[in-house]
Amino acid sequence: MSKKIAYYSVFASLAILMGYVEAVVQIPVPIPGVKLGLSNIIVLLCMYVMGVKEAFYISIVRVVVSALLFRGFLGVWYSLAGAFLSYFTMIIAYKLKNISVIGVSVVGGIFHNIGQITVAYFMLGRNVVIYLIPVLIISGVITGFIIGIISKYCMEYVKRKI
Amino acid sequence: MKKLDFVIIIVAVLVACALYFSGILKFGDSGSYAVVYLNGEEKKRYALSENINDLIQSENGVNEIQILNGSVSIISADCADKICVNHVPIYRNNESIICLPHKMVVEIQNDDKKYIDAVTN
Repeated sequence: MSKKIAYYSVFASLAILMGYVEAVVQIPVPIPGVKLGLSNIIVLLCMYVMGVKEAFYISIVRVVVSALLFRGFLGVWYSLAGAFLSYFTMIIAYKLKNISVIGVSVVGGIFHNIGQITVAYFMLGRNVVIYLIPVLIISGVITGFIIGIISKYCMEYVKRKI
Repeated sequence: MKKLDFVIIIVAVLVACALYFSGILKFGDSGSYAVVYLNGEEKKRYALSENINDLIQSENGVNEIQILNGSVSIISADCADKICVNHVPIYRNNESIICLPHKMVVEIQNDDKKYIDAVTN
């Protein structure tokens, strides 16, 4: 039990730390606001190593804490929508056969963006955000792919240690 | 990588391309107005033909908008993330710069909309 609690806290703090790294180091891409989603590495690791339910709790803690720390109160809703939608679609993908962590990560990346654009649509009251959907799908594929590869290599080490 | 990974990536790229090239979600040619919305309501409208600098005051903060040679950019803002400031200048129809913390949208619009409005009125 205490071992489990330790793992929870290590993963949660790692996920929050990843969010911090991303808030500080901005990647030079032509579309502002596009992030790699480094904390998704941790969520994916938890999902595969600890289990689906455990990863969900860590995901919630990560989103609420890092959104409040780095993005302010309004940011919580965008982050929560993105995180929930991406998490639930990732569970569906995870349960499928013939899929590796890269595919799961790509699904998560795409639906994270879709979730945020949906909140933006309601918050801003402008349908102009839907014009961003093609760009966001592509950016979700690219970031999800990179995150998937990183997770794949991390996972071998983490599985050996746990 | 396994089979379904490739399927997902290819399907996603195809959907994005289909949405873009079908023209439903495509940016148009250069627009003629920059329209500023706060909380979804139109606040100001600038013609792209003029060069202008202006301050947009919202309840959450200030953004400084610049129109130069037909393209629109936000040159300063007092928000935390500065995403709107880092955004590339926009000039095509339907393009937008969005400032989430201030709930502000700058949208490029065309004459077409105005023309249709005039007809329906």
